[in-house]
Amino acid sequence: MTTSEIRNPQSEIFDSNSYLNMELLRFTTAGSVDDGKSTLIGRLLYDSKSIFEDQYENIKATSERRGESTVNLALFTDGLKAEREQGITIDVAYRYFSTPKRKFIIADTPGHIQYTRNMVTGASTANLAIILVDARQGIVEQTRRHSIIASLLGIPHIAVCINKMDLVNHEEAVFNNIVAEYREFATRLKTKDIHFIPISALNGDNVVHRSENMKWCEGVTLMYLLENIHIASDINHIDMRFPVQYVVRPYSDEFHDYRGYAGRISSGVIRKGDKVIVLPSGFTSTVKSVELDGKELKEAFAPLSVTVQLEDDIDISRGDMLVREGNVPKQSQDIEAMVCWMGEKPIQLNGKYFLKHTSKEVRAVVKEIKYKMDINSLHRITENPSIGMNDVGRISLRTTAPLCFDAYTKNRDTGSFILIEEGSNVTVGACMIID
Amino acid sequence: MSYTLNHLKTLEAESIFVLREVAAQFQNPAILFSGGKDSILVTYLAKKAFYPAPIPFPLVHIDTGHNFEETITYRDNLVKKLNVKLIVGSVQESIDTGRVAEEKGYSASRIRLQTTTLLDTIEKYKFDCCMGGARRDEEKARAKERFFSHRDEFGQWDPKNQRPELWNLFNGKMQVGENFRVFPISNWTELDVWQYLAMEGIEMPSLYFSHKRRVFDRDGTLLAESPYIPMKPTEVVEEMVVRFRTIGDITSTGATLSTAATLDDIIQEVASSRTTERGGRADDKRSESSMEDRKKEGYF
Ligand SMILES: Nc1nc2c(ncn2[C@@H]2O[C@H](COP(=O)(O)OP(=O)(O)O)[C@@H](O)[C@H]2O)c(=O)[nH]1
Repeated sequence: MTTSEIRNPQSEIFDSNSYLNMELLRFTTAGSVDDGKSTLIGRLLYDSKSIFEDQYENIKATSERRGESTVNLALFTDGLKAEREQGITIDVAYRYFSTPKRKFIIADTPGHIQYTRNMVTGASTANLAIILVDARQGIVEQTRRHSIIASLLGIPHIAVCINKMDLVNHEEAVFNNIVAEYREFATRLKTKDIHFIPISALNGDNVVHRSENMKWCEGVTLMYLLENIHIASDINHIDMRFPVQYVVRPYSDEFHDYRGYAGRISSGVIRKGDKVIVLPSGFTSTVKSVELDGKELKEAFAPLSVTVQLEDDIDISRGDMLVREGNVPKQSQDIEAMVCWMGEKPIQLNGKYFLKHTSKEVRAVVKEIKYKMDINSLHRITENPSIGMNDVGRISLRTTAPLCFDAYTKNRDTGSFILIEEGSNVTVGACMIID
Repeated sequence: MSYTLNHLKTLEAESIFVLREVAAQFQNPAILFSGGKDSILVTYLAKKAFYPAPIPFPLVHIDTGHNFEETITYRDNLVKKLNVKLIVGSVQESIDTGRVAEEKGYSASRIRLQTTTLLDTIEKYKFDCCMGGARRDEEKARAKERFFSHRDEFGQWDPKNQRPELWNLFNGKMQVGENFRVFPISNWTELDVWQYLAMEGIEMPSLYFSHKRRVFDRDGTLLAESPYIPMKPTEVVEEMVVRFRTIGDITSTGATLSTAATLDDIIQEVASSRTTERGGRADDKRSESSMEDRKKEGYF
């Protein structure tokens, strides 16, 4: 291996301190089969110089073996063997690349309706969703479904990429018609920040480099959007929520009476001196220190993992939540939620499940299945609704102990939970709490 | 006031969260320690996660017996420094007791044999969760791996039947006899790891830095001269200035020509490198799907 001698001219100027200012952006990609999703990801990686030579040689060899005339960039995102053989992606695959501005995590998910659960998984942590549209076909059922899922999962930003513009002569009118139709549909979505970009993933137009063929396009390239879209305010920095994950007790001579509450801040800011309430007990105390690795922090904010000490000795364990006086979440044993079902067996009315919410685990019984939602149209089916695998619907649950929660639209962390089937222990439901 | 985190702090927070989930959800978890930078990183993150309490997991080293001396020295120092328990699972012992048979020939390797030793060690100590330093960007088969990866009672991975993993809610529930592999640094890239190690000033094994070493070329991979690697008559040893991008079993770890002598040099080199780190690993070259096959059998 002497290839380390070969240098990438772009990164000669790599500044080893620049990374201290890089932000992390997570995005999902969804599209119907053949819309060009794999080609687009391959293109983003290739044009941003994130494909390594040995990987490139690998896909080049595979392309040749398959008798393809050009190097098929789509092969780069191919995953497991079985899927390679079937020629389709069936799970969530994670991809990484970075530019001097940001580090990116792509959750690459399949688009077919039978993989809704994978799309939901990828969407659950994303800042942005890329929705691909084939310029020749315009908006199809899957476009609507992917957008609805992105909106349901609270992804704050959507980039609608109208692909294969080369196959419609790069015509502005085609683009404008699709944008108009999407805008009308999007009035029903919760996500309000929507961007439209005409691209050719195959040729690279408007992906990383501006298109020479679409001079009429005044917007930015996809890469520019990914690098510059404002994401810092997507996190809730107002409502302090600190679920206690683990209690740190060293039992050593040096730290004899030490009792630290370890956790990851869900939202808001926590500082030394803050008056806090412990839920569900309702005891109050004052923050003695916020620290990590023995170093005290002036303040800490979501999504940092820290350890908090309190002035008073109260009984606190995993599953409790520290919040601020005057700003408390709801507490109840009756929960209303949208569910995306992932289990093989449909959701059971009066069925019992384990429920995981923040660091708390309880059991829950399904009291009511209110409706199933047609995720292609948002239409509600209320007559004898049955929610099976890949279905989305609204349910009411009763839990064995109260949960401390916020609406999902206000807080993706304290507003979400999963249901686990008893016996098999499989995760069967992804749930978003409704106000 | 703007509350933004850079990507390294974001990754650190995520990994610490995962480590704490493991401590909370499992009875008897362990860290699989290979001696490489990724498991060193996991160990240091674990120290941060639980400070001032000691790391609540032992380090488990599945030792092929074909080590670089430097790896063992580093391991033993680290164990002392962080006051953590070390458990060694020996492949040599698996061979001696007839659990596995040594491969023969020039490209004989103990990589495959490790799987049996690992599964035996898990069984012996009744670990219900083993954490590893694998990253999703390392290799195709890993791109779909979960943070919490469920293994059946034979330790096998079923890529088609993985539990969905939503938000930050990790489901570590299992039946008796099953166990989990957990990968706290799933979302880190090679560059992230080096940047973080530099930012934190963590001392690393000398093998990662440029040094003079007697090596020979085998099918494009520079292997270290070692009593554990039989050489073909046509292979010639030469002294070169090299470093290792990954550290594993000596028989399958390739060196790269490099003058990178500091962490900053390494960051520069990795940032401008045009090959993946696993490009130098003979164990991955055997077939296009080799890693995936090994993972299914229970390899890390
Ligand atoms: N002409 C043209 N073809 C494209 C473009 N993007 C993708 N394709 C082709 O469309 C087909 C499907 O693309 P692929 O990326 O595999 O789609 P996926 O199923 O969405 O991942 C392939 O033959 C691609 O070469 C484009 O921008 N223009």
